[in-house]
Amino acid sequence: MRGPYTLVHAEDNWQTDMGAWFSGERVVFRGKDLFTELNDFSWFKLLMFGITGKEFDDNQIKLFEAIWVLSTSYPEPRIWNNRVASLTGTARSTCVLATSAATAISEANIYGSQAELDAMYFLIQAKQAIDEGIELKSFVINHLKTFRRIGGFGRPIINHDERIAPLLNKAEELGLANGQYLKLALDVEKILLKERFRQILNVAGLAAALMADQKITLNEYHHYSVLAFSIGNISCYIDSSAQKEGRFFPLGCERLDYIGQEKRDW
Amino acid sequence: MTKEKECITTNIWHEEAEADNPFAAKAAYCSGYDVYGELLGKVSWAEYIYLLFKLEKPQPWQSSLLESVAVAIANPGPRDLSVRAAMNGGVGGSTAASCLMAALAPGAGKNGGAREVYQVMRLWQQCGFELSQWQQHLANYQDEQAVEVWPASEHPPGFDPYGASCTTPVLQTLDHLTSLCPEEGALAYLSEHRQQLEKAADCPLAMTGVIAAAFTDLQMTEDQAEILFLLLRLPGAAAHALEQKKLGWRNYPFFGDGLTLTNDPGPAPKEDNLQGAL
Repeated sequence: MRGPYTLVHAEDNWQTDMGAWFSGERVVFRGKDLFTELNDFSWFKLLMFGITGKEFDDNQIKLFEAIWVLSTSYPEPRIWNNRVASLTGTARSTCVLATSAATAISEANIYGSQAELDAMYFLIQAKQAIDEGIELKSFVINHLKTFRRIGGFGRPIINHDERIAPLLNKAEELGLANGQYLKLALDVEKILLKERFRQILNVAGLAAALMADQKITLNEYHHYSVLAFSIGNISCYIDSSAQKEGRFFPLGCERLDYIGQEKRDW
Repeated sequence: MTKEKECITTNIWHEEAEADNPFAAKAAYCSGYDVYGELLGKVSWAEYIYLLFKLEKPQPWQSSLLESVAVAIANPGPRDLSVRAAMNGGVGGSTAASCLMAALAPGAGKNGGAREVYQVMRLWQQCGFELSQWQQHLANYQDEQAVEVWPASEHPPGFDPYGASCTTPVLQTLDHLTSLCPEEGALAYLSEHRQQLEKAADCPLAMTGVIAAAFTDLQMTEDQAEILFLLLRLPGAAAHALEQKKLGWRNYPFFGDGLTLTNDPGPAPKEDNLQGAL
């Protein structure tokens, strides 16, 4: 429906089944009373309930948390999003501004949200291809030739991912490492390495596979990932704000490598 | 041997350090021009913004066009989604930065925001001055990427899905900006073919469509147009946020009766008073 009448109908009329606050009385969240039906939920279980409307069991929640703990919670101030938090701290700005800005830039291509979506989308496409009778090896090689990269495989800076083993161990410990998407991701890595493409499975690929095996959709995965870096962001802010102001990797004038126009008059 | 220090590579900015402080600039040059020694007091804000993005001095018509774009979109008004977001920061007593950050979030979107301008820039690159191409793309607009962080488009970019006819300010802006530009440009084309394009899109031209044509005439890239649209719309958000901060939340809509919960389970059953006492 288009045109202004659609807006007239929507004016002061927000229909929702997500939830509402009844002032001084109660809160409803996806049809459940927060104080009497959801009061024993952990924060993460409530987060996943909000995102999906589903109630996951304890091991699933432990897996979802473990993906954050092991893959994105680095207090490493040189990583780009964390560096935003560190710069904010050294500039003596606030922690919420640091974390909001660092979260915002985490919706990035070479890491973060777009990379995570690409990883899951590739696995979904690969699974569809197999279901249609296409050989996995030819699908993988065609994909790589067409797009020059495969989401969830390869890594900037280094060609090794230290997060794979601990996360895989955790998934196995929880009994959640038997799914078809995980097997598929490992098969794709074998093909890439055998064909000498030097593209290892990275943690975004592993996480996407583990989440897809828990029937998390692409959209749900995107929403789940929003705060994934927040622990590293906050920690980096705390670190730089606890040290002397302006001391976080200061740059002198000579650190600008100017390659532009010569001096000229307006 | 000492390791070479990592540097920021830039075409835009060169600095010379003060003799007594390597961390303070004695002079700063923007694309070769001495910013504090010459440009300050000599160039307009629009000329300087153009220089920062294009690295060249603008022609008079280019700086006039950019300045008029800046005026046209500086304040979309307090009903606009981005300004409303900023005012929510103001009424709650939030930090100044958070008000602007709040404005940027909805102001970035595909519904009247900067991503819509980006999409129209891409259409100009794909369709050029071919009416049939425009008609085809607008009648059946498809996002370029199947999976992206942005939600899927719900209307042809550059046009207002809730419009009845092209609004007076959009037409006034289109007319004025077109008068500043070369006759063979995107704005001139849009002015000439507006009604045919609106028919293809099945909705009237929006401000995003006009501004994208202006940025196309300024030979901005889609990334430059997107980020400039975000930047140039902030003044209104800032002013309205501060105004609502002063007026306070009691004078600001809460939509108290506007929400209907469609799956309300109702109040939880109260414990029997006697049982509770026992």
